[in-house]
Amino acid sequence: MKIIVLVKQVPEVADVKVNPETGTLIRDGVPSILNPFDELAVEEAIRLKEKYEGEVTVITMGPPQAVDVLYKAMAMGTDKAIHMTDRIFAGADTWVTALTLAEQIKKMEYDIVICGKQAIDGDTAQVGPEIAEILRIPQICYVRKLEIDDNGKHVIAHRENDEGYEVIRAKMPVLLTATKGLNEPRLPNIMGIMKAKKKPLEVVTAATLGVEEDRLGLKGSPTTVRKVFPPPKKAGGIIVEADDPKEVAKKLVEFLLQKGAF
Amino acid sequence: MGLIFDRDKCTGCMLCPKSCNFGAIEKDDDKVKFDLDKCVLCGSCEEVCPADAIFIERQIIDKEAIAQYKDVWIVCEPHDGRLRSFSYELVTKGRELADKLGEKVVALLIGHEVEGLAESLIHQGADKVLVVDDKILAEYTTDAYTIAVVSLITPRKPAIVLYGATSNGRDLAPRVAARLQLGLTADCTGLDIDDERQLVQTRPAFGGNIMAEILCPYTRPQMATVRPNVFKPTERDTSRTGEIEKVEIKISPVQIRTRVMEKVSEITEGMISVEEADIVVCSGRGIKEPANLELPRELAKLLDAAVGGSRPIVDLGWLPPTQQVGQSGRTVSPKLYFALGISGAIQHCAGMGTSEIIVAINKDPDAPIFGIADYGIVGDIFAILPEIIAEIKRVQAER
Ligand SMILES: Cc1cc2nc3c(=O)[nH]c(=O)nc-3n(C[C@H](O)[C@H](O)[C@H](O)COP(=O)(O)OP(=O)(O)OC[C@H]3O[C@@H](n4cnc5c(N)ncnc54)[C@H](O)[C@@H]3O)c2cc1C
Ligand SMILES: Nc1ncnc2c1ncn2[C@@H]1O[C@H](COP(=O)(O)O)[C@@H](O)[C@H]1O
Repeated sequence: MKIIVLVKQVPEVADVKVNPETGTLIRDGVPSILNPFDELAVEEAIRLKEKYEGEVTVITMGPPQAVDVLYKAMAMGTDKAIHMTDRIFAGADTWVTALTLAEQIKKMEYDIVICGKQAIDGDTAQVGPEIAEILRIPQICYVRKLEIDDNGKHVIAHRENDEGYEVIRAKMPVLLTATKGLNEPRLPNIMGIMKAKKKPLEVVTAATLGVEEDRLGLKGSPTTVRKVFPPPKKAGGIIVEADDPKEVAKKLVEFLLQKGAF
Repeated sequence: MGLIFDRDKCTGCMLCPKSCNFGAIEKDDDKVKFDLDKCVLCGSCEEVCPADAIFIERQIIDKEAIAQYKDVWIVCEPHDGRLRSFSYELVTKGRELADKLGEKVVALLIGHEVEGLAESLIHQGADKVLVVDDKILAEYTTDAYTIAVVSLITPRKPAIVLYGATSNGRDLAPRVAARLQLGLTADCTGLDIDDERQLVQTRPAFGGNIMAEILCPYTRPQMATVRPNVFKPTERDTSRTGEIEKVEIKISPVQIRTRVMEKVSEITEGMISVEEADIVVCSGRGIKEPANLELPRELAKLLDAAVGGSRPIVDLGWLPPTQQVGQSGRTVSPKLYFALGISGAIQHCAGMGTSEIIVAINKDPDAPIFGIADYGIVGDIFAILPEIIAEIKRVQAER
C-alpha cells in the first residue's frame, strides 16, 4: 500500500500573543510544531504500513525551516519525505496550496492520501478536499476510525458529522482527513530520530515541479488578505465573588434578562 | 511577482515593521529589509507606506467578465425534515448584502422531499428558491452535492455563494471551489460589501488571536463558509412572495464514489447540537464527576440549551465528541455561553470566543476564562449553579 501524508508546520497558537500597542501578532520566540491533526495523519499512515506493508511518503510545502516537521514524521516512522520549498510558493491561499501539493502528488503512485482535518493556524479545513478534487479522487473528511476492507481495495471510514458519525465505504485511491479520536500518535524515540536523518528527502522547487510561476504562490491565489486586525476587545466584563450564592444567582439572572439572553 | 520593494524610495520611517503581523520586516541601516520566508504578502505594509516604496504585485481584474455575475446565493441544508438554522441566518444576511448590491437573494434547496421548505425561505427574505429534489440526494454525499451545486452555479453565474460552516458545508464548499478554480474563505464571522461591490469576508485565525479581512478580487463567484449562529435571522414575513423553481440535474449512481453504509447519532435524546443551539451550557474538569453533569443538564433543559464539554471531559468519555467545544472540537457562537469549571485555555476559547454573552463560574479568580467573560462568578459551581437553576425556575414560573 502506498500512502502519502501531507503535513504542515504551524506556530503553537497557544503561545501566539498580540502586541497590545500595535495590535499585531508577536511570533518571535513562538515555537513551531507539527500541526496536531497532521500528527494523527502520520500515525495512521504508519499503522497502515505496519499492518499491510508498503511505503509512506510525507510531503510539506513551506519555508526552509519546515523541514523540521518532515524529520519528525520520519522519526515517527514514515519512509521518505518531500519538501516543496521556493519563494515562488509564498503567499499561497488554500486553492494554490492544494494545487501545488496536488501537482506533486500527480507524479506519484498512491492508494491513500491523508491530511489533517485542518491546520491550527488558518483553521480552514479546505486544502484536503481541494486536493482530492484536483486529483479527481473521492474524499472522506473528519475520519475518526479507519479500516481497510478485506478485499484490500476499499476503505471503510467513520466520518464525524454534526450529529455523530457515518460509516462510509470508498474505493481507493481516496483522500482522508484525520480528526481527533483516530489514534494516539506515538512519540519519536531516539532510534527513530537517528534513522530519520538517513531517510531520503527530496526538495522540490517551482522549476522542478514544472508549473508556471503565474499559477503559484500569491500570484496564483484567488483570495487576498486585505487587512489583519486584533479581534474587537470585549468591554471589561462584570466579575463578582460568590460570597452569597443566592444573591449572586439573582443578580446574574437579572443581568441575563436585561440582555434578553433567554 | 510577489513583494516588490523600492529601496531608493524608502524613507526609513519604520511604519511598516510596526504594521507587520508576521515579523517579516526589519530595520536595515537607515531603511528596512524583508524576510520573504516570513512574509505572507498580506499587504499591511503596502497600505501604511507613505512613500509608495512597497508594491505587492497582484493579478489584473477583468471588470467586464465580473459584471456578468449577479445575486447572492445561499446553499441551505435540509436535515431531518427541517432546515439547519444557519440557512435562515444566511438568508437574512444575504438579504442585507443583496440590498446593498441591488441584486437578488437565491436560496438553494438540495435534497429529497424538501420542496415543502421552500416557502419558509421566501418568508425569510429570499427572492427565489432553486429546488433540486432527487432520491439520490436524500443523503449527503460529496460527489452528488458537488455536481448539483456546480451545475447550478456554472450557467447562472451568481456573484456570491454562501455555505454554512457545518460538517457537510465544509466538506462541500472546498470541493466546489476547486472544481471551479475559485477562492474560498472558511468559517467567516463577518460579511459586508465594499465600495467596489466586493464581498469583504472577515474571519478569525490563529485560534482567534487575530481577525483577517479577505477579498476575492479576480474571480467569481465569491464563496465563503459562514459560522452558524453569528448572524441573527429576522422575523419571517409570511406575506412575502417569491419564485420557486424546480431544477432537474442528472446525477448517476456511478458518479458517487462514496457509500454511506450506516449513520450513527451520538446525540442522546434531548441533547441538542452545540453548533446550532442559542444557548450552550459547557462544563470543564471543574465538574469533577460524570454524575455531576446532571446539574448542567438540568440548566440546559430549562433553557433549551445544548450541553457541551471541554476536551478533558470528552476525552474521559463523559460526553460524546460531538459535544466538545474548542479548537479540536466544535466552534460555537451562541447567544449565551456558560463556562462551568473551565479554565479558558486558548484552545477552548478558540471555539467559543465569539459567543455573544459569556458567563463563567470558576473557583480560581485568575482563571483565563474571566478575561473573556461578560459575567464572571468566582466561586464553587456546586454552591452557585443550584441557586441559578432555582432562580431561573422562579422567573420562568412568573412568566
Ligand atoms: C492541539 C490542542 C487542541 C486542543 N483542543 C481543545 C478543544 O477543542 N477544546 C478544549 O476544551 N480544550 C482543548 N485543548 C485542551 C486545552 O489546552 C485545555 O487543556 C482544556 O481546555 C482544559 O479543560 P478544562 O478547562 O475543562 O480543565 P482545567 O484546565 O483543568 O480547568 C478546570 C477549571 O475548573 C475550575 N474548578 C475546579 N473545581 C471547581 C468548582 N468546584 N467550582 C468552580 N470551578 C472549579 C478550576 O479552577 C479550573 O480553572 C487542546 C489542547 C491542544 C494542545
Ligand atoms: N503547506 C502545506 N503543506 C502540506 N500540507 C498542507 C499544507 N497546508 C495544508 N496542508 C494539509 O491540509 C490540511 C488542512 O489544512 P488547512 O486547509 O490549511 O486547514 C492540513 O492538516 C495538512 O494535512
